[in-house]
Amino acid sequence: MGNKKTQAASRREFLRNISNGSVLAVSGLAYYSLSSCKQPSEEKTTLLTTDGKLVKVANSEIEEMEHLHQGASPEEARKGIPGKKFVMVVDLAKCKNAKKCIEACDKHHNLTPDRPYIKVLEMQDNEKSAPYWMPKKCFQCDNPPCVKVCPVGATYKRTDGIVLVDNERCIGCRFCMAACPYSARVFNWGAPPEGQLDLPYSPETSLPSKIGTVAKCDFCPEMLRQNKLPHCVTSCPNGVIYFGDEIDDTVTNGEETVRLSTLLKEKAGYRYMEELGTKPRVYYLPPVDRLFPFEETTQENSES
Amino acid sequence: MTKYESLINDLAPRKFGKRGTIWTFILVVIIIIGLIAYIDQIRQGQVVTNMRDYALWGIYISNFVFFVATSFVGSATVAVLRLTNNSWRTPVVRIAEIISLASIVMAGFTIMIDMGRPDRLLNLFIYARLQSPITWDVIIIPTSIILSFLLLYFPLLPDLAILKKHHLKTKPTFSKWYGKLSLNWTGSKAQKAIQSKSIKIIAIMVIPVGILLQTIDAWLFSTTYRIGWDSTNMGAYFTSGAFVAGLGALITVVYIIRKVRGLEHYITDYHFDKLAQYLLVTCLAYVYFNINEYLIPIFNAPAEEEIHLNALVYGDYAGIFWFSQIVGLILPILILLFKKGRKPLPMFIVGIMVVLGSWWKRYIIVTPTLLHPFLPIEGVPESWHHYFPSMHEWLITGATLAMALLIITLFVRFLPVIPIQRTAEEKGLLNTDKKAET
Ligand code: SF4
Ligand code: SF4
Repeated sequence: MGNKKTQAASRREFLRNISNGSVLAVSGLAYYSLSSCKQPSEEKTTLLTTDGKLVKVANSEIEEMEHLHQGASPEEARKGIPGKKFVMVVDLAKCKNAKKCIEACDKHHNLTPDRPYIKVLEMQDNEKSAPYWMPKKCFQCDNPPCVKVCPVGATYKRTDGIVLVDNERCIGCRFCMAACPYSARVFNWGAPPEGQLDLPYSPETSLPSKIGTVAKCDFCPEMLRQNKLPHCVTSCPNGVIYFGDEIDDTVTNGEETVRLSTLLKEKAGYRYMEELGTKPRVYYLPPVDRLFPFEETTQENSES
Repeated sequence: MTKYESLINDLAPRKFGKRGTIWTFILVVIIIIGLIAYIDQIRQGQVVTNMRDYALWGIYISNFVFFVATSFVGSATVAVLRLTNNSWRTPVVRIAEIISLASIVMAGFTIMIDMGRPDRLLNLFIYARLQSPITWDVIIIPTSIILSFLLLYFPLLPDLAILKKHHLKTKPTFSKWYGKLSLNWTGSKAQKAIQSKSIKIIAIMVIPVGILLQTIDAWLFSTTYRIGWDSTNMGAYFTSGAFVAGLGALITVVYIIRKVRGLEHYITDYHFDKLAQYLLVTCLAYVYFNINEYLIPIFNAPAEEEIHLNALVYGDYAGIFWFSQIVGLILPILILLFKKGRKPLPMFIVGIMVVLGSWWKRYIIVTPTLLHPFLPIEGVPESWHHYFPSMHEWLITGATLAMALLIITLFVRFLPVIPIQRTAEEKGLLNTDKKAET
């Protein structure tokens, strides 16, 4: 199981690197072992492949790839990234409804503002307690009601914990939307918005959208394959969203990297409507010791 | 003319009169308009409906549930009355079988109208997943269509042979077709044995299949976590509602056919009285389930369910809710309790009330629940907080209802709506040894 150890070590390194911002430089590159006809050189760089292996590659073999954000094919996308169990933690104490996550997500998934994958909901648990903002996306449930009811297997659970939609198979019955207790899914009622339609389709990017099919937050697997963080995580100005791997027990919000178990233990992390038994992969940290007062409209969120 | 011949004359299908022609014409126009609306829906997508991400199902689904419910009338009358040996059923069974077949066929169409990608219909077979309640529907609906068809067809065989003979001189082409469809029925002992055995098997199968159909329909809702759907009561509740909707439809159609075709001697006050008692019993059973569904939660409803129930009882849906409860259920019960209420004309009115109430009841089951999700509806346009069908949805739904009525009308035009052979036997006009039963 030595291989596993190296993998785990490399992932930890990856997470550390993210905080330094250095991994971003590597991830835009790809390794061509067969197609290259350049002079072999002595210098080598250590790279992390999409399936989590650490490889040494001669610098001359490294080339920048243009369409890395294309994501895997529908068949490939069913498998999931090996050795990973992605998990997200949302710190409600830090959210001030800046809505930058929504903007970034809409932009990258080519969404119109009326049907975003992410919503920031105004919540109040009871009359006496203070209201708070709750960013909500698909919880990528481990016991997903949406997957159970799909008649054609167009929505499925992957080994890395992500629930995706294959919009080339979806028949548009919307049963999954009815089954999702968290209203996480949206439907393409009409023709999808213009732009980014010429890409080859991948369930990992959810692009291009198709009329008469369902869509939802996908945890940005095409970014994960590049060892980048999902767009909502990096776009949040307040570091609300932590993302990482449950097996590694580490999550990062792009600024700090922390142990998942410690974070959940110390800050009393919980999952929304645990009693339903859907086993979400998104945890919340309660809105205590807030960084910001709750305001309906702030300078920041009124412009967005 | 012998008594037997005049009986055939009375019961044999007849050409449309003026009213019949106008009626059929209107239905065809409604269907064509609906078809145009549907083509537009295919072209533009379901944006033409008022369904959105929260109200993700609308009248297509509630109309589907309504059709499924009315299709139960076949099981309810033919099979149940047969097994309980109620011989008064004879003049109404064929009409029930026709309604049943028309409804289940239209249920199949309606569910396809709701699909975002009808072009991918085959995926339901190619990638079928057995654990999805929709796959159960894909299995049970065609099964029901076949069974309903056979339940209509087998008892028809002797009548088709009679019609062949009857039309031999007057309308040779018709006669030829009736002859072909009667599968060379001669009424021999062997044929009769096969026929009555087949009918027996089908009639017995129709009951579990009918109940399964209703229950699977209920499971489409109760397999979700949604407030108002997440109830173990659902299967029984739907089945009981199907008895009511089906019998309501039957009574309405029977009254109209009797009137138009002048069948007062065959479908008498006695038959209406019996139908009324049957409807009364099923209505009372339905009240019982409604109490379970809407009244008992008062004691222990969680906060979300209370919001939902309040919206039904006092809120946005109060009008429709009380209409379906009072006009569709309570008033019919009160009327049916009186002997005068069980006469043909009041029964016709009761039938219409029950059908309308049943249709809106399905609407009230589907729509409000979707607009009361666990998490608040925020960050979407204001109009998405509500749902009322768009023009496209009304036109298309209207067309499906018209289509069902057209199917019924055409059957009535070309088939004897009251079993000839059986009626003749019961009246002692034939001296056959063995009864061909329905
Ligand atoms: S949040 Fe909803 S859509 Fe996402 S996995 Fe869970 S049930 Fe499915
Ligand atoms: S809408 Fe698509 S993904 Fe959802 S249940 Fe139906 S076929 Fe499956």
